[in-house]
Amino acid sequence: MAAIDYPQQAKESLLAGIVALALTVPMMGLRTTSGQDGMVIDIRMGDAALTALGVAVGHFVISLIRQALQQRSPKETKTEKSARLKSVAIWIGWASFAFALTLPVTLNLTENLGLHDKTRYYLDIGILVLTYVMLGWGLNIVVGLAGLLDLGYVAFYAVGAYSYALIAAHFGWSFWVCLPLAGLFAAFFGVILGFPVLRLRGDYLAIVTLGFGEIVRVVLLNWYQFTGGPDGLSRIPRPDFFGLPFKRSSSEGETFHQFFGLDYSSIHRIIFLYYLIFILALITNAFTLRIRKLPVGRAWEALREDEIACRSLGLNPTNTKLTAFAIGAMFGGFAGAFFATRQGFISPESFTFIESAVILAIVVLGGMGSQIGVVIAAAVLIGGTEMFRGLEEFRMLAFGMAMVAIMVWKPRGLLANREPTVTLNGDKEAKP
Amino acid sequence: MSMLTVSGVETFYGAIQALHGVDIHVDEGEIVTLIGANGAGKSTLLMTICGSPQARTGSIVFEGEDITALPTHQIMRKGISQSPEGRRIFPRMTVLENLKMGAAFSEPANFDTDLEQVYTLFPRLKERAEQRGGTLSGGEQQMLAIGRALMSRPRLLLLDEPSLGIAPMLVRQIFTAIKQINVQQGVTILLVEQNAYHALRLAHRGYVLVNGTIQMTGAGKDLLERPEIRAAYLEGGTS
Repeated sequence: MAAIDYPQQAKESLLAGIVALALTVPMMGLRTTSGQDGMVIDIRMGDAALTALGVAVGHFVISLIRQALQQRSPKETKTEKSARLKSVAIWIGWASFAFALTLPVTLNLTENLGLHDKTRYYLDIGILVLTYVMLGWGLNIVVGLAGLLDLGYVAFYAVGAYSYALIAAHFGWSFWVCLPLAGLFAAFFGVILGFPVLRLRGDYLAIVTLGFGEIVRVVLLNWYQFTGGPDGLSRIPRPDFFGLPFKRSSSEGETFHQFFGLDYSSIHRIIFLYYLIFILALITNAFTLRIRKLPVGRAWEALREDEIACRSLGLNPTNTKLTAFAIGAMFGGFAGAFFATRQGFISPESFTFIESAVILAIVVLGGMGSQIGVVIAAAVLIGGTEMFRGLEEFRMLAFGMAMVAIMVWKPRGLLANREPTVTLNGDKEAKP
Repeated sequence: MSMLTVSGVETFYGAIQALHGVDIHVDEGEIVTLIGANGAGKSTLLMTICGSPQARTGSIVFEGEDITALPTHQIMRKGISQSPEGRRIFPRMTVLENLKMGAAFSEPANFDTDLEQVYTLFPRLKERAEQRGGTLSGGEQQMLAIGRALMSRPRLLLLDEPSLGIAPMLVRQIFTAIKQINVQQGVTILLVEQNAYHALRLAHRGYVLVNGTIQMTGAGKDLLERPEIRAAYLEGGTS
């Protein structure tokens, strides 16, 4: 194995430094400030030079580290690598499962110990991340398994949210009745959209779904009598704990804290919501893991691989795609219903294209079809941006950088390792 | 009565006519081969039988049933199976999953028997059962494509250029396997080939397709003897 070529590295780093200098001189070195007599150019060549030097040194150090790493680890074979990835994925899966399961307890304990005073804030972030994990898993069925690029997934999220809000408000049915209905409505919309467009492929399908997402939003925005237009729908009923409302007191019988003999605390509802979305997300995951091993799930994957081959095996591509689309939409609808009941208020503003883009980014960055990858990507993209809310202006910058970094080093996603659905020694149970 | 009868079929790609009234028939238990130069319409004829594209005129009758206007996926559930041109296996799925896909519409109880039969035919597939399809060599992929097609217990097997891009040693193996499929499993075979020598030696009968029409037909061995065939398709190529 070749030794590290220091002069060559130094030369490359010097070059990087010069390029950086060329960029920093106009961009950092010259700064316009408004002085007393209009704009003044403030010359800060020192800063520019320092930055360029930093780039050169940083480049040198990073490339040394990279080469050292490359030399240390001998090339592992493909099967070894995939086996290692698999065990890592399973480990991460169980770790994040345990973490998510115990999060409310941990937060409560640490708050009592005086380590922080933001249990509610962290739980809210947890709920948000789990919502996106669920959306990611839902979209993963469509994009990751069936290979249908859907840029309008947020439409189903919106349909779920609005159908929940409208049904619950008009009929006064409980959350547990409205939730499946919202999912059904979303699935129905999935079929309506899917039927005409699923003969399209790749880019064309993406454009049409993008359009559908916008149509739904525009309709919601303009159908004032029905959806409240830009004002949205407010006073959406909160979920109750199987009939026990989370209120200080209730005129219609016991409330949650009375029933369990607890002191009233608003955190109960948050914890309940947290576990609700946790369970919903787990259901999505379990469903996906199960269906992959069934003929229809395998057909989705085969369809992603080669549509013509599928047809020559007697598969009806339209129906197969339609089921994927409808089921993906259904989970989007569930997530939407949850979103509506958590927020208590929804408006078309929550369902813009950027939401679709973020969900898709979670799926793609996580590694298409990888369940754990979605969790990690959602935690990083959603949790990360939420955590650094203080650095408002730089959030999107960091978001972009993270995407570029992943696309450069992990072009197929963080965990792009497909698990076979059948093995020689019978089906081994897959982990969440 | 013949198993498959294609009569007067004309197929178009948009405005371009690819088949100009083709008549062929395949009898039960036969191996029939279709040879011809590049662009003669061999693959088009095979695909037309599968309904993609559909014939504009003429009729295709399989076991007494007119399948001309049926959609592909229905035709493929009637006892016809195809190993498509370019193999088209599922690259990210394992060999076993590929074979499972082949059995998607057959009786689940038959799966193990059928799988064993495919493994006996191509022991290589058993060795590589848990490997991804995309990591197989060209020849192994062809075996997989044929194996996958057999998983649905077809009565008629359509093979589109199984020797394309495969090492000569494996070509011989694959043709031996085709013979076995025909003799041992009693599957009727319609074989499209550019490798005319191997194909005609194997087949009971052959058709020569030129510019979208059948120009010659006869027993495989007879066609092989004809000087015009030797000149056009076998020049220097007796590999």
